[in-house]
Amino acid sequence: MIPLIKIQNLSVGYDRVPVIENATLDICEQDFLGVIGPNGGGKTTLLKAILGLIKPMGGTISFRDDVDGRQKPIGYLPQVKHIDQKFPITVFDVVQSGSIMEGSSKSKRAIKERAEHLLNEMGIFDIKNKAIGELSGGQMQRTFLCRALLSNPRILILDEPDTFVDNRFEGELYEWLRVLNEEIAIILVSHDVGTISSYVKTIACVNKNVHYHASNKITQEQLNAYNCPIQIISHGEIPHTVLKHHL
Amino acid sequence: MSSILDLFAYDFFFKAFLAAIFASISCGIIGGYIVSRRIVFISGGITHASFGGIGLAFFLGFNPLLGAVAFAVLSALGIQFFTKVAEIREDSSIAIWWSLGMALGIIFVFLTPGYTPNLMSYLFGNILTVTVTELWWMFILNVIIITFFMLLFRKILYIAFDEEFARAAGLPVSLFNYLTIILIALTVVLNIRVVGIILILSLLTIPQATANLYTNDFKRLLILSSVFAFLGTISGLFISYYLDIPSGAAIIFTLVIIFGLLRLIKHFTK
Repeated sequence: MIPLIKIQNLSVGYDRVPVIENATLDICEQDFLGVIGPNGGGKTTLLKAILGLIKPMGGTISFRDDVDGRQKPIGYLPQVKHIDQKFPITVFDVVQSGSIMEGSSKSKRAIKERAEHLLNEMGIFDIKNKAIGELSGGQMQRTFLCRALLSNPRILILDEPDTFVDNRFEGELYEWLRVLNEEIAIILVSHDVGTISSYVKTIACVNKNVHYHASNKITQEQLNAYNCPIQIISHGEIPHTVLKHHL
Repeated sequence: MSSILDLFAYDFFFKAFLAAIFASISCGIIGGYIVSRRIVFISGGITHASFGGIGLAFFLGFNPLLGAVAFAVLSALGIQFFTKVAEIREDSSIAIWWSLGMALGIIFVFLTPGYTPNLMSYLFGNILTVTVTELWWMFILNVIIITFFMLLFRKILYIAFDEEFARAAGLPVSLFNYLTIILIALTVVLNIRVVGIILILSLLTIPQATANLYTNDFKRLLILSSVFAFLGTISGLFISYYLDIPSGAAIIFTLVIIFGLLRLIKHFTK
């Protein structure tokens, strides 16, 4: 099967200093990839390269030709802190702005209908005329999830969607993603390794290099081998996080 | 009331009235855009840099507005160039162009032989001395701005709100940014005659703050800003006529009074 995104020997960074070196990674249909790694390790840089926001210094990122003839059928949910919350824009307009994502050349009416449909599904139709500055963290995330989904993406990319969100919505968000994952591939960047490990199917450890791990369980030894200084991931009856022994 | 209507029989007053309408529309829309995008400081830099062009025009003896347009557009592109290519931090490169333009203006005015009587009207504006040619320029600018915003409204909104998302979507964001900065430069310069270089930022920010009291919708903000800009400009014009005070300052004063009153009313009715 041809992967949706094929990343080969990718080197990417800023001002000629590579943040990621020689990364190779495939994203296939129905993948649910968790991207983890320390701060400054290059998680966001990898996303930006995939989104085409920064040009690779070496290697390639290629997209499979989409059935609709779209070049990059991506939906993107940025970090909340990146959004200007004082901007005078309504929820409805934010969701409709998802229509600019490459390839979706729908009519104005079709865009409106799709936006209304998504708002209904997420249960935020009644706040569609509110300004984004008036929203709670959960409503904000739902709004941006609607925007990301507006263009019917084949791949959904989420950059730390669990920051500034209450616990109740966090669980709800991951349930949404589980349902969406039946049809589309998901790439989820998170620093909250404990939570995502039970939802993602595979893990990529990003710390200058990218280590792909074809399971959602990862041990301390593997993390050490990957040179990825983060908490260990495990699953159990009770949700828990196992911390490394103090020396 | 009849005395107010009589004023319109005066040619200079009718021209000032037209200037007030044109200035309100262009400053309302462009101001709404720059306030939403938080690029007020860039606009301040462009405005002040344009003084260099006015000085050069005095020195060489051509139309000062032409010099101002050239310097405004040049500084707008220069700020972008300094920031992106020379890698100077944006606020610093704005300040450099801001003061460089003013410095050049002062040098040229100083070198110009004789007295430069109109200098004050460029610094502080005088809506009552606006000429027919200037009115035509303002009218054309209004047509360009309105057409640009009507045709591209959705794209303008989406790029302004989330530039990174627009870039990821493959929109020509850099080209768009250059186009809008040129529109900002033209707006600032062609409205210098109304309130002057030093006071023009007020028309780009105070009506927008007032409009923002009532709406958080981008389109409504642009329209309401134009309305409040017109209310402030026209009442300032009357006040300046009856109290015989400088029109530019009177306009700013009424703009602030309108904002303050409505803000207070909103506070007490909530």
